[in-house]
Amino acid sequence: MSASPQAPTLQPRTIDEVVAAVRETPRLLPFGGGTKPALSLAPPGCASLGLCGLSGILEYDPGEYTFTALAGTRLSEVAAALAANGQYLPFDPPFADAGATLGGAVGAGLSGAARQRYGGVRDFILGVRFVTGAGELARAGGKVVKNAAGFDLPKLFAGSLGRLGVIVEVSFKVFPRPPRTATLRAVFPDLGPALGALVRVNQAAFDVEALDLEAPGVLWVRLGGSADTFTERMERLARLTGGVTTVLTEGSDQAAWERLQLRLLPPGSTALLVKVPVTAMAIPELDRLLGQAGADRRYGAGGNVAWITWPGTAAELDRFLRTQRLAGLVIQGAAGTPLLGATRGDNFRNRVKAALDPEGRFPGYH
Amino acid sequence: MLASLAKIFPPDRFLASAAGTAPFECDGLTAFHARPLAVVMPETREEVVAAVKWCWENRVPFVARGSGTSLSGGSVPVAGGIVIALNRMNRILRLDPVQRIAVVEPGAINTAVSQAAARHRLYYAPDPSSQTICTIGGNVAFNAGGAHCLKYGMTSNHVIGLTVVLPDGEVAELGGESLESVGPDLTGVYVGNEGLFGVAVEITLRLLPMPETYRTLLAAYDRLEAAGDAVGKVVAAGFLPGAMEIMDRLAIEAAEAAVHPGYPRDATAILIVELEGEKAGVDVEFARLNEVIRGTGAHDIRIARDNDERLLFWKGRKSAFSAVGRLSPDYIVQDGVVPRGKLGEALREIERMGRERGIRVANVFHAGDGNLHPLILYDGRQHGALEAAESLAGDILRLCLRLGGSITGEHGVGLEKRAFMAEMFAPADLAVMQRLRRALDPRALSNPGKMFPDGSAPALTAHGMHPLEKAGVISRE
Ligand SMILES: Cc1cc2nc3c(=O)[nH]c(=O)nc-3n(C[C@H](O)[C@H](O)[C@H](O)COP(=O)(O)OP(=O)(O)OC[C@H]3O[C@@H](n4cnc5c(N)ncnc54)[C@H](O)[C@@H]3O)c2cc1C
Repeated sequence: MSASPQAPTLQPRTIDEVVAAVRETPRLLPFGGGTKPALSLAPPGCASLGLCGLSGILEYDPGEYTFTALAGTRLSEVAAALAANGQYLPFDPPFADAGATLGGAVGAGLSGAARQRYGGVRDFILGVRFVTGAGELARAGGKVVKNAAGFDLPKLFAGSLGRLGVIVEVSFKVFPRPPRTATLRAVFPDLGPALGALVRVNQAAFDVEALDLEAPGVLWVRLGGSADTFTERMERLARLTGGVTTVLTEGSDQAAWERLQLRLLPPGSTALLVKVPVTAMAIPELDRLLGQAGADRRYGAGGNVAWITWPGTAAELDRFLRTQRLAGLVIQGAAGTPLLGATRGDNFRNRVKAALDPEGRFPGYH
Repeated sequence: MLASLAKIFPPDRFLASAAGTAPFECDGLTAFHARPLAVVMPETREEVVAAVKWCWENRVPFVARGSGTSLSGGSVPVAGGIVIALNRMNRILRLDPVQRIAVVEPGAINTAVSQAAARHRLYYAPDPSSQTICTIGGNVAFNAGGAHCLKYGMTSNHVIGLTVVLPDGEVAELGGESLESVGPDLTGVYVGNEGLFGVAVEITLRLLPMPETYRTLLAAYDRLEAAGDAVGKVVAAGFLPGAMEIMDRLAIEAAEAAVHPGYPRDATAILIVELEGEKAGVDVEFARLNEVIRGTGAHDIRIARDNDERLLFWKGRKSAFSAVGRLSPDYIVQDGVVPRGKLGEALREIERMGRERGIRVANVFHAGDGNLHPLILYDGRQHGALEAAESLAGDILRLCLRLGGSITGEHGVGLEKRAFMAEMFAPADLAVMQRLRRALDPRALSNPGKMFPDGSAPALTAHGMHPLEKAGVISRE
């Protein structure tokens, strides 16, 4: 499915055209693949700057574990090029099959289940070229895996939601993909013991590729490596988790994680699809309240994120998150502004915003 | 004017005499000296805020300081400014094994975090060689690295939350206790700011479970370039080692003389490769690694039989820097990065440049990251020797840029490499960074004169060992 809530009004094909578009348009918001509608929909009076015309992998040397591509490049294209060399995007950006672009993945700051192993999008971005709100084309970071020169603006663009500048080119670190994967499913009567098992796995010296918890009591643990190690490792893992365990390999391993992937809500749904960073300790209370509110939820990244389908309004969600002292990002559903709840560092972020977008060409965060 | 600052701190934590400020006048890069107006030693966040506000109101520049081990002049005071020394704020405030985090004050020593976490079988991954003495605050400001960065990254990949005092005294809370976040990654942009974004007063670190096992091998080569090329082959074969380090002949000889690690005597270069993780997986991978290394032209391959032998491999490596330093009265360390595939070429070029100019260069470095640490030896008493060494150091950085790399992998720009920022970045890139800095520090009071190619530099004198290295307390990589 290629979601396209609205055709972008501006369609630059070169970086120069992006610069010109930014300089000539008083209010605009970048638009990648449109897979995260709440993030790509331009507010009223704001033009939509489509980046899909700016596509292609510019440099990829598998021996360097790095690549550089234009921002409108589809994640699926990147994934295919990497897979041909036994590599992958370890932060596992969601919506790759739905047409998400590299720039959109950075801007949204979303990482998928496999981020458990080595880290999220912010941990793999190395360099960025961008157009500021003042219409300057600038570059920060580098193309090598290690670099400490200048401020780390590439990380700042992770999660920037198109509001600090237009990303036109990005460089990433990548890793070799585990040759094989297998998954342990451990089923518990309710959340308490399932969460206990999640914490034990998190603390143990297991090299876990993915660790998700489906409320109330299903824990999913994925291991990677060579297939002949799985029997022994799965036995140890199952002893550690407890619960009723099943090992899934090959097709059933694949199918489990495809099902667990972050997905858009069905057309016509009025609910909100939301990302909420959490900690394992906060999950029991949060889960109880979400259950009361009738919200579907799942916990990813070893209990560091809640993916929530919120049945109420954005205002209700905002209030709910504030009472829990949590922040949220609305990915789908009309929210007004995508950032809700008790966000942190607003004073710092406002200064950053003023520096990169002095004229307020891109929408604000609140 | 100083009287009002002196009122904030008791006399034993406010130093303004020449004798009092002397220990704070330089850092690990001993080439630069500057005399501060005063040194204050806060014990609480409130005292940091008060000191910063005093600087803001009186328009006096300040430099936050951890242990002063910066190798790029980052913690050299600003003449006539205030040093905010954070060593007394060194508590580990909270260690949460469930969330796998440690919340620390900025003056906490790097190794103290791992020591505190050890009873939960957790550790703090970034391991700069100065780790027994440098502070987490300094690590944050410089995005410090170490020998184990390839797999789990630098400091910035392990900092998830910060409380910071901005240069006008405003406090900001960035990130939090979750590994995930929403909105722009403010924690990420704070790390590596080189002291230009005020003072970090509380830092939340992520901890990792200790690996179940390590497997380490050491391969000897007839040519340095061959060792460099071997790194590319290991990576191309799909390995992700925890560490991959190279030493050249000069470094090997020096290490042998200093700590007798028993390295192959006839080697022109050695490569150390270490795998870590679950035993079942690592054993399989290690067998395959041996195959690959055999195909790289190594004439001797040694495998650490046990943890003692592994530690011996590392002892030689970790001491090599200071060991080489003892071969020469003075030296400069460079920190440029090249793409891994260009390591062989870069090493050949450095060797050629050194030979042509009659300057000895030793190489001990983080090969897996392409992060070179050429050690340029010279005798500061000889007329023009420092200038010749500086000129070679500069040409090595230019070589790194030409090969598509960076002027610094982990030591930062500081005072030392300011001029090279304009060679790595275009004026527009620097203008955006400056605007960001001015938005956070409108009066440019926080560590001014560092990172950006403006401002006047204190006089260059001579490079040499850090006083603590001379005393044998620390060694460098
Ligand atoms: C022998 C030796 C070996 C070394 N090995 C390595 C290595 O392997 N890898 C590596 O990366 N580096 C290495 N270094 C460099 C150095 O140790 C690191 O840069 C370290 O992070 C500095 O820590 P520090 O506490 O000494 O900070 P300082 O030198 O005191 O300060 C460094 C910078 O941080 C700023 N700062 C300090 N505290 C704060 C704070 N709380 N808030 C804001 N800014 C602050 C200062 O203003 C300054 O700009 C080595 C240095 C030596 C002398």
